[in-house]
Amino acid sequence: MSLRRYALRRLAIGLVQVLAVVTVVFLLVQALPGDAAVALAGDNPDPRRIEEIRVAMGLDRPALDRFGSWLWGLAHGDFGVSLFSGRPVAEFLHDGLGPTLVLALLALVLLIPLSVLLGVLAALREGGPLDRVVTTVTVGLHSIPEFALAVVLIAVFGVQLRWLPPTAVGADLLASPAVLVLPLVVLIARPLCSISRLVRAGMIDALASDHVRHALRLGIGVTRVRFAHALPSALAPAVQQVARTVDWLLGGVIVVEAVFVIPGLGTILVDAVAGRDLPVVQGLAVVFAVTTVVVNLVADLVVFRLAPRSVAIA
Amino acid sequence: MHALNRRGFLGLTAGLSIATLTGCGTTGAQTSAPSTPRAGGRLRAAFAGGGAKEVLDPHLANLFVEAARSKALYDKLADLGPDVSAQPRLAEKWEPDTTLTRWRITLRQATFHNGQPVRAEDVLASYARILDSNRAFRAKSSLALIDLANSRAVDDRTVEFALQRPFVEFPNVLAAFGAYIVPAGAEDFTAPVGSGPFSFVSFEPGKSVLLKRNAEYWEGAPHLDELEFVIANEESARTNALLGGQVEYAHDLTPTTARSHTGSDRLAIHRAPNSAVQAFAMKVDRPPFDNRDLREAMFLLADRPQLVESVLAGAGQVGNDLFGKGYQHYADDIPQRTRDLDKAKFLIRRAGAEGLTVKLDTSTAAAGMVEAATVFADQVKGSGLTIEVVTGNKDSYWADTLKNGSMSSFRSGAMPIETHVAQRLLSGSGTNVTKWARPEFDALYDRAVSTVEAGERSSVYRDMQRSLHAEGGYLMWGFADWIVGAAPNVGGISTAPANTLDWARFDKVWLG
Repeated sequence: MSLRRYALRRLAIGLVQVLAVVTVVFLLVQALPGDAAVALAGDNPDPRRIEEIRVAMGLDRPALDRFGSWLWGLAHGDFGVSLFSGRPVAEFLHDGLGPTLVLALLALVLLIPLSVLLGVLAALREGGPLDRVVTTVTVGLHSIPEFALAVVLIAVFGVQLRWLPPTAVGADLLASPAVLVLPLVVLIARPLCSISRLVRAGMIDALASDHVRHALRLGIGVTRVRFAHALPSALAPAVQQVARTVDWLLGGVIVVEAVFVIPGLGTILVDAVAGRDLPVVQGLAVVFAVTTVVVNLVADLVVFRLAPRSVAIA
Repeated sequence: MHALNRRGFLGLTAGLSIATLTGCGTTGAQTSAPSTPRAGGRLRAAFAGGGAKEVLDPHLANLFVEAARSKALYDKLADLGPDVSAQPRLAEKWEPDTTLTRWRITLRQATFHNGQPVRAEDVLASYARILDSNRAFRAKSSLALIDLANSRAVDDRTVEFALQRPFVEFPNVLAAFGAYIVPAGAEDFTAPVGSGPFSFVSFEPGKSVLLKRNAEYWEGAPHLDELEFVIANEESARTNALLGGQVEYAHDLTPTTARSHTGSDRLAIHRAPNSAVQAFAMKVDRPPFDNRDLREAMFLLADRPQLVESVLAGAGQVGNDLFGKGYQHYADDIPQRTRDLDKAKFLIRRAGAEGLTVKLDTSTAAAGMVEAATVFADQVKGSGLTIEVVTGNKDSYWADTLKNGSMSSFRSGAMPIETHVAQRLLSGSGTNVTKWARPEFDALYDRAVSTVEAGERSSVYRDMQRSLHAEGGYLMWGFADWIVGAAPNVGGISTAPANTLDWARFDKVWLG
């Protein structure tokens, strides 16, 4: 099967997956106790008021009916409107996507070269002091959860030393890059470890492989062998991990957004679920599902380019 | 762009943040709020928000941040003063007729931000919008008393309201949450126009709202040039933003934060006492709490100072099983209840409840409820009765406990005592969680709200409270402070209870 047909088939399957995700999300939100009317009514609400809100929001319509009309709208590119504010869901997605993309792209731009560099250096000096230092530091970072690292960094650099703004509250991310420093450090810390470890392992394997040794025997320069022959196949296993990281970043890392006050997709999701604002939750589910499908497809294609034999395209 | 944190990032932004704020929290010798108002500056206030839920339509307002923004942009006819009684705002005065069913309201000379005067027609249109049968605005049930069809504009500045029944506390209705006056016909609130102390500049949902000083405000222009509301959902983020100089006001901090920063030179803690009542609600219509002795035993088992100290981290006062400590009509002459284990044991024996296990429903729907239930269950040990704490789902908690169970955690924000009674303690009340339904009590309420003479009315309210204190279903053990943090150079922050006019009111605040 050609690469193109493979990609098309994967996309078709992806469409089914997105539909399945959206349906499951709808059912799950229905299954949660309370609905948007209960959430809006707040403390000690009068049941009559809850009923009024339900009618005003159209929540008295059968669930299947509401899901059907939402799907119909989606097929026409209409994500619907928020139950609370009546704002189009597309606006929420647009607003949240900006900060999330800025963070995700900057994190990747820093993460990928840095983790490849660390992985390769550690592999070339396997067992040496550099390898040990890199291993210790990255494994150490990996074992600290994001929120803990964030809290410590804010307390030290934001509040005590005042070197960096502790939050991004009210700030325009691109206009004031200082607010991005701490969130980026937190976002990069753990993937840096997992990816650099994979690169290191892949590189060690590749350097010991037959084709690399053969290339060396043919008299090709060591540098060329390392970077043109060993590195591509060493990267293949890491690409899947990068894909997972991209997916994680594009989902809006909720903890990081909450602690640093970054109004990205994660924050919107938390608010929408808490308020049972179903159209917004479903809109986000579509975005997340599409992202996952696309990112994984791209990752597979990249791996195929890097190391054709490692991917079985049936 | 937004004025960044004035301490900047290693001077990176020094060129950009062109002194929107004067002074720096740590340079002056001020440790307490400066006492002389100063004009100018931009105050940034951090509130919890909700991206999806945030709206600028004041009638839809629900969250604290929306309430605070509404009062900056709009006015009500009346609002609640520090003792939670209605004070005239856009209404200069109100006069009922002798039947108490027709009220004549004279409007103040005020203008909307677009220069149009606030007219009687705008008042009627605003109330008509809230009362629209196809919508579910929060103030609707409060305003339902108004017979709008028979109400009219006498002239541009006089409204005559017809009521469905005699009601001397009508000003409480005018002060209802969300009963703001908008220009007649207003439906689009993307660039809201009100008559409040600040006018609209810009809005980024889920992030910030920028307002500017309304120099023409009828009560006098605000001290601040600009007011920016920013959203930070996490309490720790609001505190950090304040400590890092990114905001000057952080709304709703926890008692723990307050305790650890009391006396700090980097932030000032402002407490508003009597802002929220903490209680346990016993249902008087079913076993076991249909037994008056058993209710009294529970009242006597509560160690209130310990509850306040442990659950509220000391940020509050003990309650006396009555709503509205410090509010107008509060029966402060009733002696404070204290723990009496022996008498409680005796009452439990007399009620035949020895060895009984009672379920106490609670949830994390409001801060401190689960903790309070756990502490109380501990206090009850050794009385012959056992309390089993059951933690339910927080999202359906209020609806569940309104119907089911026999004892539950309860909390409520500030409202006039009359409103508390009307909503929760009459036979026909919508949220009667204690199931207190007594014709003689209903009759007392009817008498209170149709008694014009203030002293006489107050004595009826006291009679009602005596009966509730003796045998009601609410064990109100404490009143929590409302806590906000501010930069040390911020002055003019009021300590009036949350939900009243002066709470989160920024036209009286200044940057020193």
